[in-house]
Amino acid sequence: MGAVFEGKGKEMSTSMTILFWILVVPGTIVLGLIASWIVRKVSALVQWRLGPPLMQPAYDVLKLMGKEILVPQEANRTVFLLAPLVGLVGVILLTVILCSVLLAQKTFVGDVIVAIYLMVLPSLALILGGSASASPHASIGTAREMKLVMGYELPLVLAFIVVLIKTGGQLSLDSISQQAPVFSISGMLAFLVALLCVQAKLGFVPFDIAEAETELGSGILMEYSGALLGLWKLMHAVMLVALPFFLVTLFLGGYTGNYLSGTGLIVAIVLLLIFVGGRLLAGRSKFMDVLALLSFIGVCILAGLGKYVLILVLLILIKNTNPRLRIDQAMKFFWGYCTIILFAAIILASLGCYYEISWL
Amino acid sequence: MGWKMWSLKKSIWVFHVNTGACNNCDIEIVNCLTPKYDIERFGIKLVGSPRHADALLVTGVVTRQAAPRLKEIYRQTSKPCVVFTIGACACDTGIFHNGYHVIGPVDKIIREEDPNAIIAYVPGCPPKPEAMISGVVKALSAI
Repeated sequence: MGAVFEGKGKEMSTSMTILFWILVVPGTIVLGLIASWIVRKVSALVQWRLGPPLMQPAYDVLKLMGKEILVPQEANRTVFLLAPLVGLVGVILLTVILCSVLLAQKTFVGDVIVAIYLMVLPSLALILGGSASASPHASIGTAREMKLVMGYELPLVLAFIVVLIKTGGQLSLDSISQQAPVFSISGMLAFLVALLCVQAKLGFVPFDIAEAETELGSGILMEYSGALLGLWKLMHAVMLVALPFFLVTLFLGGYTGNYLSGTGLIVAIVLLLIFVGGRLLAGRSKFMDVLALLSFIGVCILAGLGKYVLILVLLILIKNTNPRLRIDQAMKFFWGYCTIILFAAIILASLGCYYEISWL
Repeated sequence: MGWKMWSLKKSIWVFHVNTGACNNCDIEIVNCLTPKYDIERFGIKLVGSPRHADALLVTGVVTRQAAPRLKEIYRQTSKPCVVFTIGACACDTGIFHNGYHVIGPVDKIIREEDPNAIIAYVPGCPPKPEAMISGVVKALSAI
């Protein structure tokens, strides 16, 4: 047991492995920033607007890094300053674990459990930061976030149990990602519920109860300014990579761009960097923006990340077509409908496992 | 121009302060966010907390009640920040000149708090969204 890496499938060459470990953290941050641009751009297109330029999330974070940091007088300084770091580190660790499974086929027994714990870390950091900032808006936001976490963790774990039953009870992400439980009734139900749980984890619209722009300002992040707010924004950006990756690993059969594999991914990243550089030099227009969107999706599909883009677009469309729920409605939704559906899914999955019917 | 100012110009987050306006300027500000003008193209975004803001959009003449609040909000904004006075009332008290409830135009109150504050004026009753966008452009190219 323990953190022993056991390479499975085809091995990467040493230089590729080194390159992978060097690129994985900056790569996830860049991918996260691009993903948050896609969120804003697609939302804008849905609302018949033009939307921000490709580099906008990067500009935002850069600007926030240069601004003054204000700490409220009554705030608990240590927790207030540490919370965004804890959240960012947690979500980056999660992405590294998922990337090493998806792209480098490196895994260790029990990494599923580690990933599930790391997924709680951002919400936990948000709760810590919000309650340390001594602001009524932030404390209402914190209370709502806590209830929301309690709400969606139960169906998420149940969905995970469905996956475990379908994949034969192995506790490593690599062996889970070899199969795609979504092509069965119980797996499909579990996937849909897990997608909504991820929506809530990201704080996207039907479940943006803790942020609630219209009545709480920005809820938990109310008192954060400057570089600390920039860290929160980075955390949200990287979550846009980590959580869909998690869904891809559990439900959709992991990374399948084997014919391109590592080489293809690196070519794709280089292409993307050239494209970003070109955009920086050449200015912008609506045509260029749509081209950027399409080329990003194309590059992702080329690199075997089509499933990731599919989940991202699903999340954005749910975000843009729904009004916000009240906290009690969200709780009722998660503990009521979602949990009932998942119990049914667990029974179906167990039956399917017992009688060896793979489509149940 | 350092990287701080360069990136600030690329992404201005605004916080909207109403110090006693008749709501007409406020409607015109919200108008800037609609598909027709869509100022998110330029990275301008409306935020809910002065701590996140790079620019304060102040509308309306400053009343006795609003003055201490305006100062407090200015103190809460993380610097560097720009103050935009939107509309005739905010620029120069407008038709409420010498009113019993009026302390003064916005720039006077802000300067009491910080003599070196960056203040930009967008006159009009109410100013058109085009005027506001042009005001932002002029203020940012003057920094």
